[in-house]
Amino acid sequence: MGNPMKIRAASKDGVTEVKVLMSHEMETGLRKDASGNAIPAWFIAELSAKLNDKPVMTAQWGPSISKNPFLSFKIKGGKAGDKVAVTWTDNKGDSRTDEAVVT
Amino acid sequence: MTRRFAVGLATCLAVAGFAAGTARAEGDKTIEGIEAYREALKDGNPAELFEAQGEDLWKKKAGPKNASLETCDLGMGPGVVAGAYAHLPRYFKDTDKVQDAESRVLTCMTTIQGIDVAKYVSARWGSPEKDELNAIATFISGMSKDVKVEVSTAHPKERQMFELGKRMFYYGGGPHDFSCSTCHGQEGVRIRLQELPYIPSPKGAASGWTSWPAYRVSAGQMWGMQWRLADCFRQQRFPEPIYGSDVTIALSMFMAGTSNGATMNTPGIKR
Repeated sequence: MGNPMKIRAASKDGVTEVKVLMSHEMETGLRKDASGNAIPAWFIAELSAKLNDKPVMTAQWGPSISKNPFLSFKIKGGKAGDKVAVTWTDNKGDSRTDEAVVT
Repeated sequence: MTRRFAVGLATCLAVAGFAAGTARAEGDKTIEGIEAYREALKDGNPAELFEAQGEDLWKKKAGPKNASLETCDLGMGPGVVAGAYAHLPRYFKDTDKVQDAESRVLTCMTTIQGIDVAKYVSARWGSPEKDELNAIATFISGMSKDVKVEVSTAHPKERQMFELGKRMFYYGGGPHDFSCSTCHGQEGVRIRLQELPYIPSPKGAASGWTSWPAYRVSAGQMWGMQWRLADCFRQQRFPEPIYGSDVTIALSMFMAGTSNGATMNTPGIKR
C-alpha cells in the first residue's frame, strides 16, 4: 500500500498545475547491503493521473528516479472543485492512489 | 632602493587584495547557485511526507496504556503543539529537567503511553524506532513554521544548560583535537561547497537551529536535531552521544538561545 502521497493542484487561467510528493524507496537494484548482498530493485514503474476520471497522463518510470520523488505537471483545463487522482504501481505490483481537489 | 622596495610591496599588496576580491566574488556566486538549488527543492520537500507520518503517530493510540500523545505537554500546556518547537528546549517542572522536543516526546511516551523507551534510545539511526521519533519531531517542528524563536534562559537550569552547551561547543578532544568551533567558530568559511555557519553569532546559530529537522536529499533521510548532533560528534571522532542526553540538549540550548528572535523554517531541506 505504501504511505500516502501529498498532492496539491491549483488552477489558473485554464491551466491546472499539479504537484505530487510520493513516498517510495526507489531502490535501483545496484546497491548492496551491509553483508554484501544486492538490494533488489524496487521502484515505481508506472504512474498515471486523472482529472475527474479522465486520464490525462501516463508515465513509465525506472530506477533512475530519486527516493521520495516529487512530480510537477500541468493539465490544460480543470477548475476549482475538480478532482485530480494520481496512481503509481511499482515493480513489485504494489500500487497506491491518492486524490486531491483543485483549488 | 628602500623606496623601490616600498613601491614593489604596495603593488604586491594591491594584487593580493584584488585576487582575494575575485575569490570572494566567485565564492558568493557558488553559494548563490546552491541557494537557487535549495529554493528549487523547497517546493517539493519530502519532509512533508514525514510530517504526515509524524502526525499519524502523534494521534495514534499505542503502548500498554493504549493512549495517543495528544495530551503531551510540550511546554505550552497539554496537547498544544502549535508554536511549541520554537520555545524548546525549556525547563519542565514535572521532570525537573531542561528538555528538547525529542527528549520530551520520550517522556510523554513513557508517562502517557507506558512505553519502555530504552529501545528507542538505543536503537540505531535509520531503524524503525528512530524513524518514528524523527517523524514525530518533524511534525512538531512543522507546527512551529514561521514562528519566532523564543527560548528562555531565565531559569537557573536553563542558564546552566546554555553555559554547558557553550562549553561543549568549544571543547576540543578526540584523535584530531576537534571541537564544534573548529568548523563553526569562524565567519565565512566552507567545506567543499557547504558553507559553515558561525554558530556563536545570532545569524549563524539561526541558520542551523531554524532549519532542522531537515530532509537530506543525498541520503533520502529525515534527520532531527538529535541525529544532526550525533553526526557532528561522529565527524569529530567523539564517542556517540546518547539520544536525548544532557550534552545534546545543552548544544541545542546554546544554538536556540543564541538564535532567539529568528524565525523557524522547519522542516528544512538540505543537499
